[in-house]
Amino acid sequence: MDTIVQVEGLRKVYGATVAVDEVSFEVKEAEIFGMVGPNGAGKTTTIECLEGLRKPDQGSIRVLGVDPQREGQTLCLRAGMQLQQSNLPDRMKVWEALDLYASFYPKASDWNELLSQLGLEEKRNAPFSKLSGGQKQRLFIALALLPDPQLVFLDELTTGLDPQARHAIWDLVRDVRAKGKTVLLTTHFMEEAERLCDRVAILDHGRIVALDTPAALIRGLGAEERVVFNLNGTLPAGLEKALSGAVRLEVQGERVVVHGKDGRKVSLVSEVVSFLTREGIPFHDLRTEQPNLEDVFLSLTGRKMRE
Amino acid sequence: MTWMEAKLFLREPVGAFFTLVFPLIMLFIFGTIYGNVPVPESGGQGAIGNLIPAFAAMIIGITGLMAITITMATYRENGVLRRLRTTPVSPLVVMAAQVIVVFTMTGLGMLLLVTAGKLVYHVHFEGNAFSVLGGFILSSLSFFGIGFILAGTLPTARTAQVVAMVLLYPMLILSGAAWPRELMPATVQKISAFIPLTYVVNLLRGLWIGETWSSHLLDVGVLTGMLILGILISAKTFRWE
Repeated sequence: MDTIVQVEGLRKVYGATVAVDEVSFEVKEAEIFGMVGPNGAGKTTTIECLEGLRKPDQGSIRVLGVDPQREGQTLCLRAGMQLQQSNLPDRMKVWEALDLYASFYPKASDWNELLSQLGLEEKRNAPFSKLSGGQKQRLFIALALLPDPQLVFLDELTTGLDPQARHAIWDLVRDVRAKGKTVLLTTHFMEEAERLCDRVAILDHGRIVALDTPAALIRGLGAEERVVFNLNGTLPAGLEKALSGAVRLEVQGERVVVHGKDGRKVSLVSEVVSFLTREGIPFHDLRTEQPNLEDVFLSLTGRKMRE
Repeated sequence: MTWMEAKLFLREPVGAFFTLVFPLIMLFIFGTIYGNVPVPESGGQGAIGNLIPAFAAMIIGITGLMAITITMATYRENGVLRRLRTTPVSPLVVMAAQVIVVFTMTGLGMLLLVTAGKLVYHVHFEGNAFSVLGGFILSSLSFFGIGFILAGTLPTARTAQVVAMVLLYPMLILSGAAWPRELMPATVQKISAFIPLTYVVNLLRGLWIGETWSSHLLDVGVLTGMLILGILISAKTFRWE
């Protein structure tokens, strides 16, 4: 698989603040690579250096085989960019924006197709200022896809969107990847990174503190998983023995919580359920709680992520 | 891009009003007050004949200082330019589209003025049409530079707008664009020599009544200088964000 983005020892300083330091990573073809971290962690600075919008103080960057600073023009033709803060003129209509931006590229995709793909057909004649946040973001994704790019940059794509719009956008991003394009995105939603990205770099204070697949990062935590359920009666003895490995039981009236170490051979939930069924014990509201990227961030930095 | 910008210009009611309609209203107001009786001091031209080139200068002042400044500064502040920056479009194209649109609108404003003057007040025109057109082009382009420089150097769209207005109003009054310089006290006339729009008014009025370019070397020189400086500084001060 080809390397699409290569960053080594990136450093960017604003006055006395080191925004990004010693950041190195690679992005492979057709993966969704995410940079996640709290506001001010250096995600946007990093992505803007990659886009050629900011000049790094140190380090080397290759994007699609070119140096974004020297060959920005080439990059503009082959990479689609969605920026955190950008706009279109208020009175520009959706179709006009697509038509205008399509005229900038020698081989632009068919914008009519993008319009329907992104569910903006009804809004075709709506002026930009009348679009909702989600619709604006979809339009910006459409603009980013116009050059039929090999690589798409998405910076804080779903910030400020309601959960429904966010899920719709995730589906769109997966579609983009399914077409063989590479996606490099930033987000401060751990859930977004976990559900959308193939690999995640966690940034904090301008440095990468962890980089792997979400599943590997969570596994690496060695955190425990929990199975929680409610009983109609009391819990008979023997559950603890029926479960393999070390578990801890917590009973609060009708509610039972089973804690187990992560990385077991047989999943905790299936052992618990088969025990309860075997013994004929009625239970309800059973759910499992697994550690997530949020917990990974917490354990790496000792802080909770805040939005 | 140029066509798109033109559509956006016309969709902005205030801008289109000041460029296209407002000078006409001024013409009708003054026309009603003074009528178009020929005045010997101004080479046999009536009041309206004098007002048309002056109001054309007014349109140039408005479009150069206000339209370009506000559009460009707002585009920068809102991130419209930021979005454009991620495309292969060069700053030159962005600026050229603005120039073409605003120039066309300015020309349209002048055309309306002249047409109204002819139809309503039967203004008789003694100049050379090409000569007037040339003066008009020089004047417009040299003024657009000011707009780009203001938009490029001032921090926010709000300040750009305020500064443009603060510059524009005294200019309109003192340059003779709103009423003839000859009616001003001598001291004010001296001040007006420092106002760029004065040279536009002088040149256009001169060419309008059939004077030659060579009798307006000072005006032409000042405007050409502004044009060259305008292009150089505009290119330097252009910022995407």
